[in-house]
Amino acid sequence: MTGALLDALLFAGGYNATVVALGCAAFGLAAGSLGCFVLLRGRALIADAAAHATLPGVAGAFILAALAGWDARSLPLLLAGGAISAGAAVLAVGALTRGGRIRDDAAMALVLSIGFGLGVVLVSVVQSLPVGGQAGLKSFILGQAAGMSAFDARLIGGLAVLSLLLVALLFRPLAALCFDRDFAASVGLPVRALDLALLGLMLAVTVAGLRAVGLILVVGLMVIPAVTARLVTERLGVMVALAGVLGAAAAWLGAGLSAAAPNLPTGATIVLVACAMFVLALVVAPRRGVLAFAWRQLRLSLVVARDHALRAAFEAAERQPAAGAIGWPDLGRGAGWSAWQRAVLPRWLRWAGLVAERPEGGVALTPAGLAMARELTRRHRLWEHYMQSAGGLPPEAAHRAADQVEHTLPPEVAMEAEAWLRRHDPARLPPAGGLIRPGEPETERGPR
Amino acid sequence: MNDAAPAAMRSPPGPPQVPALAVRHLSVAYHEQPVLWDVSWESPSSGLAAIVGPNGAGKSTLLKAVLGLVPRLSGEVRVFGRPIAEARRRVGYLPQRASVDWDFPATALQVAAMGRYPRVGWFRPLPRAERERARAALAEVGMADFADRQIGQLSGGQQQRVFLARALALEADLYLMDEPFAGVDAATERAIVEVLQRLAAEGRMVIAVHHDLATAPQYFGHVLLLNVRAIAAGPMATTFTPENLARTYGGRLSLLEQAVAAARAGGARVAGPAGP
Repeated sequence: MTGALLDALLFAGGYNATVVALGCAAFGLAAGSLGCFVLLRGRALIADAAAHATLPGVAGAFILAALAGWDARSLPLLLAGGAISAGAAVLAVGALTRGGRIRDDAAMALVLSIGFGLGVVLVSVVQSLPVGGQAGLKSFILGQAAGMSAFDARLIGGLAVLSLLLVALLFRPLAALCFDRDFAASVGLPVRALDLALLGLMLAVTVAGLRAVGLILVVGLMVIPAVTARLVTERLGVMVALAGVLGAAAAWLGAGLSAAAPNLPTGATIVLVACAMFVLALVVAPRRGVLAFAWRQLRLSLVVARDHALRAAFEAAERQPAAGAIGWPDLGRGAGWSAWQRAVLPRWLRWAGLVAERPEGGVALTPAGLAMARELTRRHRLWEHYMQSAGGLPPEAAHRAADQVEHTLPPEVAMEAEAWLRRHDPARLPPAGGLIRPGEPETERGPR
Repeated sequence: MNDAAPAAMRSPPGPPQVPALAVRHLSVAYHEQPVLWDVSWESPSSGLAAIVGPNGAGKSTLLKAVLGLVPRLSGEVRVFGRPIAEARRRVGYLPQRASVDWDFPATALQVAAMGRYPRVGWFRPLPRAERERARAALAEVGMADFADRQIGQLSGGQQQRVFLARALALEADLYLMDEPFAGVDAATERAIVEVLQRLAAEGRMVIAVHHDLATAPQYFGHVLLLNVRAIAAGPMATTFTPENLARTYGGRLSLLEQAVAAARAGGARVAGPAGP
């Protein structure tokens, strides 16, 4: 199998296999990049409904061709039939939802199941026709790249490349449409025509994918690469290009795999390859990935525990200036460290030069640690006062509310809160340079 | 699209007596429910005007109907004396911030740059000079430092400023703004007011849907009181009266009393740059 796979991937499987692989890759490229706009315009579900609704068109075209005595296996004819019935399905969804008659999702589910059901019935009618080639229709449901002719592959590739060029040409108007349709219309963009163009491109890419990927899974190659690309970038241009590359890679790899392994359906293989890419991105994506998210959570919890410890140490020193060093357990307990934080934080605090061990035992804040603790305390008390004065919270609630905002709000917001206090409640602020007094009486504070 | 002859349309707003916006007998209905009924109004040719009225009064719909974003049942719209299709280059629209998905993959600069494409054309990358103008528009609203930030990572007030920058980048003569102060912090509100006053000082017209009755007389020199019908319109000082507010807000008495109190309190602070 490995040899066959390599052959398929390296275009060594002969002229026909090469053209088929290239056709599939071109389809993946077009589906991935167009999929970004389909997704951003909120059209993923209607794309799925349209894909399912291609079946009655494909089967209907087969029946008509058979009755007329043409070659019923002609791919252009079948794809045209599929495009017509899918287009009708899209129009039907529009008509059903107009004026709020039926909700969008209900209309799409309705059209999807009616279209697919009608298609399945027509396919069974086809089986009874006295012509050959009925078995080929099944490949439109789950996709079968094997056995595709070079002519078919070129047709698919041509359709995909044409769609891709249109996407590139309409890139900026489509971006404006997807982000803010009303604004786009207000500056004179023909938003109706653009929406129709987007739907038309979606239909073109859908029917291009029918033969290789199949109507059930074709929407996957529009959605999965786009979602994957979105996970790793915040730029539309990068997203569209990356989704195209991912779609092409998935289609090419998947088609190669299914060509190498007998009875492996092409569509499912392609979608699973795309899925693997998605899962990888979901885990390792720099900002939106699961790991990045977990790391941010971890870091924030450490920062919060560190800040609480520094503040606790500072306030302890404020109450008893002569007490001197504090033990790690005191520091940790006062700040409510959990077990793993007790394991990590002392190392971190020492490494960052915020505390130093004292020869006689215990630890003390370094000058840097003291400065930081002082600033943290000041900011916490500033928020306490702000919450009491501007928010009218009782002291205890203000203390908790301050705990929640002080670690996450940026310093400029704290400065705005200070400016507010200076204007509205200056008695709460100390004279220049002094430290703000606690926002609640000492007796209520105590260790918690 | 009307890419031709922008130069002629960019010329000065013409004789000052031409209203920036004139609607005549405008009616709009959603699903047979009238939202706007026989509204006629002429705005000044420049300055700041507020559209004030209760929820569901059709304020946003009025702006959308002017722009052709919702179908009109009847009526006529003139922008600087011309049909809207001929005057799009002179109109800038600021939609409600909540009307778009801010998770869209774009930076603040890219959103502001959308305000330049109508002039440059949509089918080629923005030239460097145009990109700089978009950046300048961001600077005007105090967002220069956030140009490369993804818009989803901005605060609500910052997002609203980006929207305003995109509108400024249009260099329009008539601005239609849908609740520019909705859900923004005090600093952003002050910044937006400054921008609006600068626009008015440059001879442009800003028409804004405004919810806060207390600040309306401070910020705006002109007002349209709207509740499906146009109740009253004119200079703030003579139009924003308790009687007119009572007619606009109908029987909602507690709200009404607040409004009157706010009008009295705010009235003392009127004048200034927001004057008619």
